[in-house]
Amino acid sequence: MIDIHSVLLVAVVSAVTIAIRFLPFLVFSGRETPAFITYLGKVLPYAVMGMLCVYCLREISFVSAPFGIPELVSVAAVVLLHLWRRNTLISIIGGTVCYMLLVQLVF
Amino acid sequence: MKNDIKKAIRDTIPVLSGYIVLGMGFGILMQTKGYGIWWTLAMSAFVYAGSMQYLAVDLLTGGASLISAAITTLMVNARHLFYGISMVDRYKGTGKKKPYLIFALTDETYSLVCSGNEDKSEEERHRYYFLVSLFDQIYWVCGSVIGALLGQVIPFSTEGIDFALTALFVTVFVEQWKSTKDHLPAIIGVMASVICLVVFGAGDFLIPAMVLITVLLSALKLVRREEKAK
Repeated sequence: MIDIHSVLLVAVVSAVTIAIRFLPFLVFSGRETPAFITYLGKVLPYAVMGMLCVYCLREISFVSAPFGIPELVSVAAVVLLHLWRRNTLISIIGGTVCYMLLVQLVF
Repeated sequence: MKNDIKKAIRDTIPVLSGYIVLGMGFGILMQTKGYGIWWTLAMSAFVYAGSMQYLAVDLLTGGASLISAAITTLMVNARHLFYGISMVDRYKGTGKKKPYLIFALTDETYSLVCSGNEDKSEEERHRYYFLVSLFDQIYWVCGSVIGALLGQVIPFSTEGIDFALTALFVTVFVEQWKSTKDHLPAIIGVMASVICLVVFGAGDFLIPAMVLITVLLSALKLVRREEKAK
């Protein structure tokens, strides 16, 4: 049996995502892009990526076990791996395996 | 044409590795929550937004309402507004390719098409944008389908595999950090998010964080303009 609610939910997520992606092009097409928008387009990617990192770690609790230790250790592993080898594949797999081992075996 | 394809493949190799791993993580996650390969395929084809697809698994299994699904999508994907804003000029005149280019503008595709190639002719650039966008989505769909197939036979616990997403963002963050001397925007992004997380809590901090980031970056521009004027 097909779960109608799930189908609709996927459709909604898809429609909203598409609408967001098209909106700036609909609003700013045909005229000169304002200088302020161009500036935001340059600096926002750096800030947004920092925000997304924080977003992924939002559920960490520092007042109860395991005090975010698996997350922080694994993030450190990703950073160090990436600085060392600068290979996206190695960094992502290394960090994820590190995290999986920590949450499954240690904590 | 052949050279264009070669260049697009070479440039997308980092995305290939990230998307195969993340896509597989998504497919496995969906499979373990009882959503099989067709669900995975539909999401990767029609939503095509990595972090949102991972979140959608929570929405599906948690029985979220359609309204809250729409609001969550709006919040999580709002950053795509910023990507669009900075691609308005570059995607001008791309004709028939344009709708797909806009649809397929993910974080990673954006990171490849948002700079460079100034020496190329307009036609070559447009073809490059299209190939990069298309290849990236092919990697993503393939990765998630492989994950959906593996999810049924995987012999070990997959608890914690969703950390792949965190790892990807941290990797891109480090990569961006090394690519520029101006670290203030990145620092503002992290600090503003942490402040809003503490003030508003894990469920509601994303929108305030985006507002605060925009305000601080605007202030930064004003301050720097004044410094320059002195």
